[in-house]
Amino acid sequence: MSAGGSDNLPWWVTGLLLPVLNVGLALAVSALVILAIGEDPLGALGTMLRGAIGTGEGIGYTLYYATSLIFTALAVAIAFHGGLFNIGGEGQAYIGGLGVGLVCLALPGWPWWAALPLSVLGGAAFGALWAAIPGWLQAYRGSHIVITTIMFNFIASSLMVYLMVNVLIKPGQMSPESEAFSASMFLPMMADMMATIGIEMDSSPLNFSLFLALLACFAVWAFIWHTRWGFALRATGANENAALYAGIDPKKVIVVTMALSGALAGLLGVNELHGVQHRLLLNFPAGLGFTGIAVALMGRNHPAGIIPAALLFGALYQGGTELVFDYPNISRELVVVIQGVVILFAGALEHMFRPALVRLFTRRAQAAAKPAGA
Amino acid sequence: MDTLLGFLSLLDSTFRLATPLLLAALAGFYSERAGVVDIGLEGKMLVAAFASAAAAAIYGSAWVGLGAGILASLALALLHGFACITHKGNQVVSGVALNIVALGLTAVLGNAWFQMGGRTPNLPADARFGELTLPLAETLRGVPLLGPIYYELVSGHNILVYLALAIVPLTWWIAYRTRFGLRLRAVGENPAAVDTAGISVTALRYQAVLIAGVLCGIAGSYLSTAQGAGFQTNMTAGKGFLALAALILGKWKPVPTLFACLAFAFADALQTRLQGVALPGIGEVPVQLIEALPYLLTVLLLAGFVGKAIPPKASGRPYVKDR
Repeated sequence: MSAGGSDNLPWWVTGLLLPVLNVGLALAVSALVILAIGEDPLGALGTMLRGAIGTGEGIGYTLYYATSLIFTALAVAIAFHGGLFNIGGEGQAYIGGLGVGLVCLALPGWPWWAALPLSVLGGAAFGALWAAIPGWLQAYRGSHIVITTIMFNFIASSLMVYLMVNVLIKPGQMSPESEAFSASMFLPMMADMMATIGIEMDSSPLNFSLFLALLACFAVWAFIWHTRWGFALRATGANENAALYAGIDPKKVIVVTMALSGALAGLLGVNELHGVQHRLLLNFPAGLGFTGIAVALMGRNHPAGIIPAALLFGALYQGGTELVFDYPNISRELVVVIQGVVILFAGALEHMFRPALVRLFTRRAQAAAKPAGA
Repeated sequence: MDTLLGFLSLLDSTFRLATPLLLAALAGFYSERAGVVDIGLEGKMLVAAFASAAAAAIYGSAWVGLGAGILASLALALLHGFACITHKGNQVVSGVALNIVALGLTAVLGNAWFQMGGRTPNLPADARFGELTLPLAETLRGVPLLGPIYYELVSGHNILVYLALAIVPLTWWIAYRTRFGLRLRAVGENPAAVDTAGISVTALRYQAVLIAGVLCGIAGSYLSTAQGAGFQTNMTAGKGFLALAALILGKWKPVPTLFACLAFAFADALQTRLQGVALPGIGEVPVQLIEALPYLLTVLLLAGFVGKAIPPKASGRPYVKDR
């Protein structure tokens, strides 16, 4: 599970050209799907673009989706660098959200700035625990992380249904939702924050969590590439045996990596619950945990790539909802198709374009080197 | 008599619910024993369920539906092979991608073609696989004990249920008594040895992946044209992963996998009957616990807390000649 490449392609080829190629292909495939159902792909793309970035409200929604995606994509990315494929982001986000919700329910009347660190801690801790168990099972019991995290997604879902229906439901209510958090601790909406400094912004679910997501990007970058632990993580991901000889305990690293990964996924709850829904409810991760895989793959598992990839997918999500109004024939699941095709091209078929590009660029490099050497 | 009939109807549902799991798990058996991890059982079943429901609705024939389902599933299987075998891509990532594509594509196409919010039209009885009454079932019904067992349990399923059960011994025979089966298992354990013997690893793995495609195709068609009467968005609802769990619990062997599928299906059938019923001494068992039980068991088994499941040695690793 290589996170980078060792075939000496220029950075802008792996960093820009390949992702753009992948997205271009994914969009081409979805254009074919739109053609197949007898609609106009260019018109649909235009509507999506207008919906995603054409209005202030659209931009707000795009950034709001991107916030959640940054968390789940960072979760996938950090695990990738440790040589682990964490498919359990969805379940970790779900259980992490439980942590966020429990903290928020336990602190009635607190101001938001005092509650936020605790709800972040709650989400991170619950998510970390839910991911550390599969990590521990992989490191010390030899069970495969992919299978275990898939199973943990289902277990998380059953557990949450049980808790919401039997324990956390607001008494005297039919739908399984908890009591609302106190209004004093709602995270500030971006539109309101901007209004206090005199900038007018359309209202949208975009909230303070965006800053948290950007902070997480910086923290993950600093951690992976500029700390001793990050080095141990990358060494383990590259070659477990070599890491062992370098005095690193790969087992410990695996558990810690998974815990960090789960903690990041768990922060999705801060955006969705503490920021927007203001209560615990069912199914709030809504597939964003899986979309994180596509975002991470497209962003080449680097925070600097994940931010634009998350923006793109946020725009696709938001544009997809708008699409339905103009093109009733195209449902918003089109975004799911695009997401799957991106994972296919950027992940499973990553070796398809690479050799061709390598050939192209080594030939060019050789051609450029010849006259100089002669 | 009533308890007997109740128990028989419970077993009857068990077989109906086990059929799609069994077909998908056997699909996983072929693929994984050949060294290709198949997370994409779910997606293949889903496209098959959609294609067969759509074709059956348009052509009014369950058999045409089955054919369409198998073709759709084969298309995804080929894509999986192309990514994992030809291009040596990551098998898990490919499976995840195909599952997501399947989920999105079936919803988009279903909505566009039938305009029913992603559902396909309700299939009339003759566009579905109906229940077969086996010979003499009516006449023997009066025979004590054996009569009801034959009438309620053995007779009265659709043909795919019998087919799925027949594929278990067939799979055992293919895997352990034929040359193809020996090579299939070898390529999942030690592909280099197979290659050295002059047999194409690529061809064998493609064959295995395509067999998995056919079986998932039948499993998906069963969901929408035999068990159900039409397609709904995400109608597999995790059955592909449940099948994967059954395959692991069955330790990658066909007959134990059958029993794992039956056990999961039994729990499922029991769960609908146990809702809100308090068991003596235990109290009411939460439905969600029964739902989560197969997944919990799989985790415990993989971790070696209850027995030990060891996957085929080369599974998940693309074969590179000059390693």
